[in-house]
Amino acid sequence: MIQTNTAIAVKGLKKSYKNLNVLKDIDFTVQKGSIFALLGSNGAGKTTTVKILTTLLLPDKGSPEICGFDVIRQPDQVREKISLTGQSTAVDPVLTGRENLRMIGKLRHLPDANRQADELLEQVQLLDAADQKVATYSGGMQRRLDLAMGLIGGPSVIFLDEPTTGLDPQSRKALWQIIKDLADSGITVFLTTQYLEEADQLADHIAILNDGEIIAEGTAAELKKLLPHGHIELKFSDEKELQLARNLLIQYNISLSKENPTMTITTDGSIQQMTAILSQLDHADITVTEFSQKKPTLEDVFLAMIDENHGEENALC
Amino acid sequence: MLTARVKNKISETMVLTRRSMRHSLNIDTLLTAIATPIMMMLMFVYVFGGAMDTGAIDHINYMVPGILLMGIVSGAIYTSVRVNNDMTSGIIDRFHSMPIARSSILTGHVMTSVVFNAFSTLLVLLVALFMGFRTDASITAWLLVIGILLLFTLAMTWVSAFFGLLANSVEGASAFSYPVIFLLFISSAFVPTDTMPGVVRAFAEFQPMTPLIETVRSLLMTESAGDSVLITILWWFGILIAFSIAAIQVYKRKT
Ligand SMILES: Nc1ncnc2c1ncn2[C@@H]1O[C@H](COP(=O)(O)OP(=O)(O)O)[C@@H](O)[C@H]1O
Ligand SMILES: [Mg+2]
Repeated sequence: MIQTNTAIAVKGLKKSYKNLNVLKDIDFTVQKGSIFALLGSNGAGKTTTVKILTTLLLPDKGSPEICGFDVIRQPDQVREKISLTGQSTAVDPVLTGRENLRMIGKLRHLPDANRQADELLEQVQLLDAADQKVATYSGGMQRRLDLAMGLIGGPSVIFLDEPTTGLDPQSRKALWQIIKDLADSGITVFLTTQYLEEADQLADHIAILNDGEIIAEGTAAELKKLLPHGHIELKFSDEKELQLARNLLIQYNISLSKENPTMTITTDGSIQQMTAILSQLDHADITVTEFSQKKPTLEDVFLAMIDENHGEENALC
Repeated sequence: MLTARVKNKISETMVLTRRSMRHSLNIDTLLTAIATPIMMMLMFVYVFGGAMDTGAIDHINYMVPGILLMGIVSGAIYTSVRVNNDMTSGIIDRFHSMPIARSSILTGHVMTSVVFNAFSTLLVLLVALFMGFRTDASITAWLLVIGILLLFTLAMTWVSAFFGLLANSVEGASAFSYPVIFLLFISSAFVPTDTMPGVVRAFAEFQPMTPLIETVRSLLMTESAGDSVLITILWWFGILIAFSIAAIQVYKRKT
């Protein structure tokens, strides 16, 4: 049974293209009014999942439900509830921003299509450019219009497939704010991304998709606990200092590079541990000439998760 | 009474036709579909006119049917470009994830082509009249000509839509226009077939452009088109049915 607070329910979802097994057996649920991020690198199967959920593609197995409607058997009802802002921008470059929004409003048979168009233009900060041809818009502006076109008619669930890929940092931040505001207004947001930071910033719940399987799932905080330890890199004035530091920090997991001379320390990623190391060196009068912290990347998470998966498989043998 | 569903479908088709119309109103399309046939007419009549022997009828009167068809082919070709642009951009996914009739997308493009070609043909015809084209055709003959040109427009539009759906790029989509224009030149559109060498002549007399040209020309000039009306309708109705079915199949397979 689907609970009433579930917006999207996916169970045992499978899809392959010819002999390429893209989605192996996917399960997840998305709560109403939350932001759910499907995180995965290129080719992981994100777009395939989005296409199935938005009625564009039939799965081989599993019938996902959206707002209680079956995606395969009730596509028309599902389409009434959702909107899609796909991976490639779906705006009409020949029309103006305002005309694009009005067109979608009229296709949805809204009696107040024009008013909604004006409101959305304001919401995505495009009022000034509203009557210019979309072909003249920057990438960030096109993406904001694209998002607004998905909002006209007030859908319950919106799908955003890599909404910020290819945008500059400033445009990305602007789009993040709009997405956060949406979730605050009660809309359920399903987004896909390749960036850990984006999922971290936006999502209430994150699922990591790798090679067609969900290898980890949880809140950002829960996932971070699964991250491999962070690394810090310290550079010293000469090899002697490096050796002194090595002897002082004997309790840590350290690798040395004598020519540089630098050392890399594996930490638990906490700031406390980092400052403890630096103050220990400071008290011993050892000068650190350069300091850098290596944040774990999405790839690190993948590697760690994949290692873990293999570990389990090996344990069975 | 129309059901709500049918009403919605009509309004969706109208919205998408308006959109497609906007795409057709650009310099490139207008130049190719309207200015080119007019330029050709000027050239054939004033430059090559003396060199071509087209029998008893006045030179311009002989040219006009071919020029009109040329204009329709040039106008209809752009359907492939517009359809292909939609298929290769994200917009088709947006439309398909919305609760609208899927048929409204292709129908919108087809309607645009018909409306656009009706206007451009009229314009070319007006220029022809200005240049001295004259006809004594009766209302019935005119109605038949309009009907046949409409059938030809629809058929060419669906041929164009088919290639637009099939191709992976805009360049590929419009490449089909070369053999079509070639067919037009190897017909009696601009020179009588009996001036052509044997094999070419046999081909010209068999292919679907020739009965079409002959029918339109006879209806406008002599009023008695005879068998060629039926042959023309059979040819082009067949092409229309075959390509619209094929186009819809490709559309379903690709989405
Ligand atoms: N229509 C298709 N036919 C064959 N293979 C496809 C098709 N669409 C996607 N794929 C393949 O499926 C895999 C997953 O693709 P996709 O879902 O687009 O990944 P993502 O969006 O995570 O980058 C990729 O290896 C891709 O090449
Ligand atoms: Mg993708």
